[in-house]
Amino acid sequence: MDTNKAPLLSVRDLRVSFALDEGLVRAVDGTSFDVLPGQVLGVVGESGCGKSVTMRAILQLVERPGRITSGVIRFRRSSSNGADGEVVDIAQLPPRGPVMRDIRGGEIALIPQEPMAAFSPVHTVGDQIVEAILLHSHRWQEEKLSRRDARDITVGLFRDVGISMPEQRIDAYSWQLSGGLRQRAMIAMALSCKPRLLIADEPTTAIDVTTQAQVLALLRDLQARYNTAIIFITHDLGVIAQMASYVVVMYLGRVMEEGPVDDIFHAPKHPYTQALLRSIPSLYGKTRVALPVISGALPHPFNRPAGCPFHPRCPQAMARCSTAVPKLMPVGAHQLASCFLHHDEAEAA
Amino acid sequence: MSKTQPLLDVRGLQKFFPIAEGFLQRVVGHVRAVDGVDFTVDEGETLGLVGESGCGKTTASRCILRAIDPTGGQILYRTRAGNTVDLAALAPAELRPLRAEIQMVFQDPFGSLNPRMTLLDNVGEPLLVNGMKNRRERADRVAELLRLVGLRPEFMHRFPHAFSGGQRQRIGIARALATNPRLVVADEPVSALDVSVQAQVLNLLLELQSRLRLTFLFVAHDLSVVRHISDRIAVMYVGQLVELAPTDALFRQPQHPYTAALMRAVPVADPRVRTADGILAGEVPSPAAPPSGCYFHPRCRHAQARCRVEAPALRKVSPGHVSRCHFAGTMTF
Repeated sequence: MDTNKAPLLSVRDLRVSFALDEGLVRAVDGTSFDVLPGQVLGVVGESGCGKSVTMRAILQLVERPGRITSGVIRFRRSSSNGADGEVVDIAQLPPRGPVMRDIRGGEIALIPQEPMAAFSPVHTVGDQIVEAILLHSHRWQEEKLSRRDARDITVGLFRDVGISMPEQRIDAYSWQLSGGLRQRAMIAMALSCKPRLLIADEPTTAIDVTTQAQVLALLRDLQARYNTAIIFITHDLGVIAQMASYVVVMYLGRVMEEGPVDDIFHAPKHPYTQALLRSIPSLYGKTRVALPVISGALPHPFNRPAGCPFHPRCPQAMARCSTAVPKLMPVGAHQLASCFLHHDEAEAA
Repeated sequence: MSKTQPLLDVRGLQKFFPIAEGFLQRVVGHVRAVDGVDFTVDEGETLGLVGESGCGKTTASRCILRAIDPTGGQILYRTRAGNTVDLAALAPAELRPLRAEIQMVFQDPFGSLNPRMTLLDNVGEPLLVNGMKNRRERADRVAELLRLVGLRPEFMHRFPHAFSGGQRQRIGIARALATNPRLVVADEPVSALDVSVQAQVLNLLLELQSRLRLTFLFVAHDLSVVRHISDRIAVMYVGQLVELAPTDALFRQPQHPYTAALMRAVPVADPRVRTADGILAGEVPSPAAPPSGCYFHPRCRHAQARCRVEAPALRKVSPGHVSRCHFAGTMTF
């Protein structure tokens, strides 16, 4: 089998729900997608679409009262020599078990949205990265790493992510760094154990456009250098267009459409994707005119519509959309969409 | 020069924050957050104010609201009664009657509404402060305001937590409009919202502006949003205005390298258009210790020897288009 084509991560029919006093919230409701080795997968969706919960599920970090209720998260681990190892189902692993602890941070790393909240303010950023390296030290060498070695590795990582004066900056606290530097330090931490998969959850939302451009260029450069697969989560369609090679569009916990980035932007099949693309102001369009909007509002999580989750806001909704849930099926050469406009397959009731 | 007098005429606006140090908290220097900013806003127009964080755009807008007191300069405002007053020089008591005319829409729709008050009280508070004591009368006005921003009047007895981000921003807009303002200062009003909701709120602002003849000072960092809503755009860098121009002219040919760099940094929502190279390196210098000469020269790819020593003045490049660059008009950035 061609290992380059075999997915690194394969999510199938994942469901995560939160049992709250007011009722059951189905945050992720049958999501499926693949990540190939070295691919940059963009996940777009508005708040409440389940994109962050999906990523937390991949890291087994869903907190109570949330629970992975069903589905498969197949992840191809690396063996000690860096080649492909066994395939595990993350959904079945105990969150605090040794295997999950080894994968989390070691093989799958996370760049969180708020680096200010992710770093501890009472330890230097260097110490926090050294700790991560020592925890996963077998990824660097067979024998145990000394603190000294780990510190040298950290300095090298800081240099890699473009932090000037790494020897000094390593002893800084996170609150002494600017937003851009803090996000770079966070990226250094995520890379510290040479992960095969990097999950970047809105990594540039909290920073300026110019700093965002720097961070995006850095991620692109690192991706090319280490061939790390990246899942890039954002609500910014501009960032997706510039970063991703393959795009997954989510709405209310389900995948509405997925496909290569060019097809998603130039030949979107799902009415939701089409509406989303129309509603963004561009740098070239006509100014001071009403933007086309998606009518209505996101439904309340306790109040999920029956049938296709988008049908109450869909301009092309048909009678069937309110009763049956469309399956994610191939439409065209490379795209998949879950919409009855393009196929008749419904999810089993 | 325009024939009519502008609604707002800001001249040489300055705001310095003292830096105190040591046991006695002696003042050792000043952060020149806003350092001599001039612009005008005509009635019914939208002026966009853009720049990276730390450039002074929020401080400037807060000075105009007199939420903070400016250190220097004039803020000439033409009142509804027709006379022109300097907001920077007014005593708090003299300012109070004018507060109803100048209102603000905040960035965070979660933090800017009182969670313990119903919409009736949240939106109605400015009315109460301005002397509308009758609760029935206030309820009628709140119902009218909620309808105006596209919410149902029945909502007025609910609390803010029952509403989504977009709805809360509508509530914040309704509150700003309660006193029939003429000038609305909106500080990043859509940056906390989702794409589809952002479009709805932008449309609402445009519609309200034409219906109520509002004047907007729109502070934001997202250039595509600012471009969409503004008639003219002012670009700030380290407390100074570096460029001001009508929206179309600014985007067609920016006359300051900073503006051009900001535009290049915006990721284009089209995978076939690759964002141009020439990413702006480094960060905004501290306004407490700005660089010599042109403040932008350490990050500017066109910088020459002259830029390091000589601070450029803001000068006119074409009618209505000013730039603070030695090479404006002679070079394409």
